Amino acid sequence: MKSLLSGNEAVARGAWEAGCKVATAYPGTPSTEIIENITKYQEINAEWSINEKVALEVAAGASFAGARALVAMKHVGLNVAADPFFTMGYSGVSGGLVVVSADDPGMWSSQNEQDNRHYGRHAKVPILEPSDSDEARIFTKLGFEISERFDTPVLLRLTTRICHSACLVELEERKEIEVKGYLKDIKKRLVLPAHARALHLVVEERLKKLAAHSEIFPYNRIEWGKMTIGIITSGVAYQYAKEVFPDASFLKLSLTHPIPRKMIEKFAHKVKKIIVVEEGDPILETEIKAMGIRVTGKDKIPICGELTPEVIRNSFSKKRQTVMKKAEIPARPPVLCPGCPHRGVFYIFNKLKIVASGDIGCYTLGALPPLSAMDTCVCMGASVTNAQGMEKALGKDFSRKSVAVLGDSTFFHSGITGLVNAVYNKGYLNLVILDNFTTAMTGHQPHPGTGRLARGEQGKRVAPEDIARGCGVEMVKVINPNDLRATEAALREALDYDGVSVLIFRRPCALLVKPRPPYRIDAEQCNGCRLCLRVGCPAISLTFSEGRDKPLAVVDESLCVGCGLCVQLCQRNAIVLTKEPDA
Amino acid sequence: MPKHDKKIKMTNTVICGVGGQGIILASDVLCHAAFLSKYDVKKSEVHGMAQRGGSVITHVRFGKEVHSPLIEKGTCDYMVAFEKLEALRYTDYLKKNADIIVDDREIAPMSVLVGETKYPVGIEKKLQKFGKVHSTDATKVAVELGNLRVVNIILLGLLSNFLDLDEKCWQDAIKQNVKERFVELNINAFNRGRELSG
Repeated sequence: MKSLLSGNEAVARGAWEAGCKVATAYPGTPSTEIIENITKYQEINAEWSINEKVALEVAAGASFAGARALVAMKHVGLNVAADPFFTMGYSGVSGGLVVVSADDPGMWSSQNEQDNRHYGRHAKVPILEPSDSDEARIFTKLGFEISERFDTPVLLRLTTRICHSACLVELEERKEIEVKGYLKDIKKRLVLPAHARALHLVVEERLKKLAAHSEIFPYNRIEWGKMTIGIITSGVAYQYAKEVFPDASFLKLSLTHPIPRKMIEKFAHKVKKIIVVEEGDPILETEIKAMGIRVTGKDKIPICGELTPEVIRNSFSKKRQTVMKKAEIPARPPVLCPGCPHRGVFYIFNKLKIVASGDIGCYTLGALPPLSAMDTCVCMGASVTNAQGMEKALGKDFSRKSVAVLGDSTFFHSGITGLVNAVYNKGYLNLVILDNFTTAMTGHQPHPGTGRLARGEQGKRVAPEDIARGCGVEMVKVINPNDLRATEAALREALDYDGVSVLIFRRPCALLVKPRPPYRIDAEQCNGCRLCLRVGCPAISLTFSEGRDKPLAVVDESLCVGCGLCVQLCQRNAIVLTKEPDA
Repeated sequence: MPKHDKKIKMTNTVICGVGGQGIILASDVLCHAAFLSKYDVKKSEVHGMAQRGGSVITHVRFGKEVHSPLIEKGTCDYMVAFEKLEALRYTDYLKKNADIIVDDREIAPMSVLVGETKYPVGIEKKLQKFGKVHSTDATKVAVELGNLRVVNIILLGLLSNFLDLDEKCWQDAIKQNVKERFVELNINAFNRGRELSG
């Protein structure tokens, strides 16, 4: 039977078919839907972990216990999880362990374009790269098999266009795999120097065995075409290259670390000219060149940005494609949604000229005009620690005008350690937690602050204010961010406070609550002062109306969700309800 | 069921608009309708940051055998634009004489709202340089149907007039992709869209 599945759905299906028992992840685009789909399979014990390191360690524990386990994350998540990932390369597995890294070439929703195929090489772990959803399903299953056969975690490397593209996928049934149970083996799992020295030798031997396996791995295959051009490629780039070079010979690599050297040599021997078409860094290219084979690759094909069929075609086309004049088309970057509870807090940051160390989530959009209320964004949790570092460098007075700002899910992910660090080190830190009861940017996954678990069932709620107090913070307040006066008062109080303060601005994500009746502008009262535009709400704009010399504000009633933030800014009571809200 | 010779032609469609307009659902329905009509099909979209009121484009390709999930610029047969500025943004995907279905809707991006830039005027005329423009007021039809969220399915209904996919496949695709209580509304929306001449 065939079904239409995205790459992420296919990985979930593959895990289920493979008899996977435990699956973990922290949400991150483009990987999020893997666990979301795994939660549909009752046979798999799935969880949203609080960060990727935790997720990988939980999955590793499940593997130690003899169960097949999968952990999924976006590319930068593997930076967080790198420590256990490297060690698991030494320890090996009991139950199969598949580590899914979803890279984001083009940075559709990420802060960098790192190519995580480097990680597989760095940790000496095999890498599988599917080129579509069906391969994503098959390679997930093969990943478990390779993991168990060679006693190693396997890196399943996806990219945005694999995760979020759909195609026809063959469905198979689940094969239950007996959980082996825990067997003590400290030489393998207790990685002290003495054990690790022996394990390193095992790792090097294992790579040789994997290299031999790569030669016979059925998805490393040659598709003969014309002998004038031979394409060596992997991942989604294979699909693009098939469109651009339909007649060429192809060496499609799927187990891309270790590479099948003999197969490559055989291919290189037959074709006249080799082009390595890979997205991201010249990884295959470098290894093939090191074999003494001449290839064309990143000298033509860009390293930066995602590949597309036309990027590849233009790389080899003598005549330059005519570039469209796009200058006259205004850009449309994402914005905070109408009714977003973060908007009021950022408005006050801007008003008080606060330096805000920012973090990663929807609220990073508060950096954009007209709110322009964020100064830094490095990685998950860095808001807290960056702010403490600035205060350390510039002194206590700097904290009178600066805050660290992050979301609730990010706080649980990696904000807590920074908070403890600031308290312990006598920092002067003002921490602002934007608590919208969800992990919003990735599509509303639960986290400890919501008290809900991955399948929606009730878990134990962990409240950020309890954590803050438990960390030794004495000034902790919970405020409704839609009350601008209270928001400003709380922020002023925190800035004046000596020591570490935590303000929790709590209001559910606007996408999770039923909209209230929209507001409209009373044109008689509006004088076009533009005050309401300062909150940067997509529902408010200016328009010329008859008989008025100045453009007046207008509310798009199809976008307005009736949050009433703008009403608090209008000095002329010109923003009025279209109808009374239901009780 | 489409005849074999028709299967050879690759059909490329981009669906574009503003994040939150139901673009992904529309591409899911189109993709399923093509799948149910026995075509090979691929779809590509982007989640995350791009959905927060940002510009969104999805690619749907079907034919005998589809490799790339992305449409190559200059080869797209059909565009369904939920917003006029977004239609203009992605014209480089279109081949000559493509059909452009565009809803008569303007949503100002933030740079326009804060007065930094102006919303372009005469978009329809500009679009005519790139293909045959089928401008429609799907929002009006959606208001008549009592739910603004069905604009996407109305536009798909209009698109369906151009594509070689069975009506039953469309209906089944809708049933598979919308919640049960919204099936009737969406099928009505689809039929109303089908009646729009554009």
